[in-house]
Amino acid sequence: MKIVAICGAGIGTSAILKLNAERALERLGVEARVSATDVASVGAAASDAQVILTSPELVKHIGATNADIVVIDNYFDLDEITAKLEIAVG
Amino acid sequence: MLPPLPESAIRLGAAATDWQDAVRLCGAALRDSGATTDAYTERMISVIEEFGAYVVIAPGFALAHARPGSDVMTDGLAVVTLAEPVRFGHPHNDPVSVIIGLAVTTTDEHVGAVATLANVFNDGAVIPALAAASDDETVRELLGYTS
Repeated sequence: MKIVAICGAGIGTSAILKLNAERALERLGVEARVSATDVASVGAAASDAQVILTSPELVKHIGATNADIVVIDNYFDLDEITAKLEIAVG
Repeated sequence: MLPPLPESAIRLGAAATDWQDAVRLCGAALRDSGATTDAYTERMISVIEEFGAYVVIAPGFALAHARPGSDVMTDGLAVVTLAEPVRFGHPHNDPVSVIIGLAVTTTDEHVGAVATLANVFNDGAVIPALAAASDDETVRELLGYTS
């Protein structure tokens, strides 16, 4: 499974989301590769991804995709990330 | 793994009229610490103007940043807390009273700093404690700097 975390600049917030998504997947016992990128590159980076993780503010910038878009409000809340990923990958 | 956090990079209980003002305070703190020039501050604002308030990644907390560039002299971190929180326009996490400014020289180098920040802030008590901090030492302790 491939998961992409995106942010506006491709550094900082997407890297935090990537790290905490990896922790959440570990909790769920799900094998997945998580990458971080910026919203401008999401078309290429997420072309074969199953899940895109992002902020509610960035959803409108993502464009057409076959991946499930999972919106995370609090990037530091592992319970929120775990619960939302469980639905997306389940 | 966090960049140094000198006194010049910490502004506690600052006054900001809006989010641009708050990000400028953060940019000024990064500049005064020697990490960036004012051009970086304007780029941090541009990112939010272009992509919205996605930098508000937790309730009350914004991570202001932009890509590496010639306006970044060295990796830097700044901490700004506001006496009165301001709205960035995030649907769930407004208003913001704690802003961390991050500047990195290369995208590779930021990963260690970001991992440290994630470890610190995964403790949900840290943001309100930072918002209430009244001295630099408390801020450094909360962020895991050892003196």
